[in-house]
Amino acid sequence: MSEMKTSAVNYKRIVLYVIIAVLVILYLIPIYMTLITALKPPAEINLATAWKLPTHAYWKSFSDAFKKLGPNFMNSVILTVTGTFLSAFLGSVNGYVFSKWQFKGSELVFTLMLFGMFIPYQIILIPLFQTLRYLHLYGGLPGLILAHVVYGLPITTLIFRNFYVQISRSITESAQIDGANFFSLYARIIAPLSIPGFVVVAIWQFTQIWNEFLWGITLTRQAAQPITVGLAQLAGGQAVNWNMPMAGSIIAALPVLLLYIFLGQYFIRGLLAGSVKE
Amino acid sequence: MIGKGKDRLFAILVLLPSLILVGIFVYGFIGNTMYVSMTDWGKGAALAFHPEKNFIGLGHYGDLFTGFLNSRFRQDLVNAVFYSLFLIIGALGVGLFIAVLLDRDPGGKGTYRTIFLYPMSLSFIVTGTIWRWLEAPGGGLNAIPTLLGLPRAQFQWLSSRKTVLQFNWQDLFVILIAIAVVVLAFLAVSAWVKEKKKEAKWLGGIAVIGLIWVLFFRDATPNALASPETHGLNLATLGVTIAAIWQYSGYTMALYLAGLTGVSADLHDSARIDGATEFQYYMRVAIPLLKTTTLSAIIILAHISLKMFALIFAMAGPDNAQTGHPSVLMYLTTFRANDFAKGAAIAVVLFLLAALFIIPYLVGAHKERSYR
Repeated sequence: MSEMKTSAVNYKRIVLYVIIAVLVILYLIPIYMTLITALKPPAEINLATAWKLPTHAYWKSFSDAFKKLGPNFMNSVILTVTGTFLSAFLGSVNGYVFSKWQFKGSELVFTLMLFGMFIPYQIILIPLFQTLRYLHLYGGLPGLILAHVVYGLPITTLIFRNFYVQISRSITESAQIDGANFFSLYARIIAPLSIPGFVVVAIWQFTQIWNEFLWGITLTRQAAQPITVGLAQLAGGQAVNWNMPMAGSIIAALPVLLLYIFLGQYFIRGLLAGSVKE
Repeated sequence: MIGKGKDRLFAILVLLPSLILVGIFVYGFIGNTMYVSMTDWGKGAALAFHPEKNFIGLGHYGDLFTGFLNSRFRQDLVNAVFYSLFLIIGALGVGLFIAVLLDRDPGGKGTYRTIFLYPMSLSFIVTGTIWRWLEAPGGGLNAIPTLLGLPRAQFQWLSSRKTVLQFNWQDLFVILIAIAVVVLAFLAVSAWVKEKKKEAKWLGGIAVIGLIWVLFFRDATPNALASPETHGLNLATLGVTIAAIWQYSGYTMALYLAGLTGVSADLHDSARIDGATEFQYYMRVAIPLLKTTTLSAIIILAHISLKMFALIFAMAGPDNAQTGHPSVLMYLTTFRANDFAKGAAIAVVLFLLAALFIIPYLVGAHKERSYR
């Protein structure tokens, strides 16, 4: 009797693993196709051999793609690092005020701020374009950084606020009794406790800014275009040789992909925090 | 928190720069775009540093919804509805399915979760480039049958000109009333089941009036357009939707998996003792408990679907009318054709669609926080 039961359980387990295996393959197919196509010499890329491994690894597509995307890549590095740093700092300070120094109406102000992360950015694009022109920031990286920092405020504030709410009142109150004021409380108690919060926010913002496209294509001139715009142009022509766009895709995806593989836990926490309700 | 007066002042001063920035860049800019959409921006000198702007009212909106030349906008709106609908249904369904599988604790759960979620970390431009190759006429997907020795598939994933579920835009109002009837009837039934009979009667009553209107006064409903114009589901949009589901189903998986893990093991055990099969446990116990998760996921997917600009741009190109979306049309109208005022009007329509989902959600979250 018990033997029969175990075999039924095992049978169910096997079905479970088979389904998961099929799904894993489906999710990995695009990466497989990208890799093998990037590594094929152009002459080998055709319908008949689309799924086959390359006969030999042809690395030239990567160096060619990097030659074209190199400047974009550097732009994205500067943009992403600066934007992430600034918006994480501001978000942390804002989250500190919203969680530990609530004032009359602060919940309403917070909700009004959150609204900014849900708008389709087309609705602010025209005034943003005009304003950056007036400020002489149109076309270059500083204007793009400004946009990312400002529109990053809602999400970074949200994540930090939810993080600080968990720091117990007794810790902050005893520090205050010991004479800590607004600034020293932040510097000595809150900031050191929020390293994981900083990691979550930094990864989230890094991914968002690195991957962004709409502002990249509307607010920058050629010299300041980020990697996403560079890739879109590399892949956008009519008669494309697919090895180059595929190699370019790998180059553009690699920084965030590595971040995700090594710090995935924090990435997921940022993801769950993005759903506003705790 | 106990705070000295000076500290409270510092708190507000520190917050102030961010509030001013959000005030201007979010609320001020939204207001400005709404104003711009009611002007005749520029007239031939659109890129002038201070373009001439005269107030002209709602003319651009009238053009977009009824103008002979703007049928692409109307098809893009229809596309947007289908993009949102299919992304929500697809990502919710696939995500929930995978979450339940992983909730059964297969060995190596963490690895699987990483694999299902990695597409989330990619840019829409990367996803779009990769899937454009997979769905190219001579690309990977159409080559699958050849692996089995069959002739290759001919489906034109991104350039198909076929349209199904066609309707005449003139009948728009009747169609909207019919949809409202279905929704109201559904709400009435669910209110009745929850013993809210008075509410159910009200909802049902309105639904019946709507139904009578659709059945008998169809011809008396004003036409939404002067001449017949068909729109429908462009099959080419499905190619884009598949890529979007591939990218975002991992996200709903993560949301649901967090929720399922949160459902206590006790509840699972007691369901089992009561003789529930695993299937019954998920259908009757666990999934109904995840209502809030589902709601959050729907809101966020709806919001993402309105931001598919980059994916469509990379996969099908901005000029492909078959796969168009108002966000892409806004870009073309504003930055290619320099018609800033009409671009602003398209942006406002897109914004109002988003606000329809977002405002109730934020109000709900706000109330929840305030009651605590």
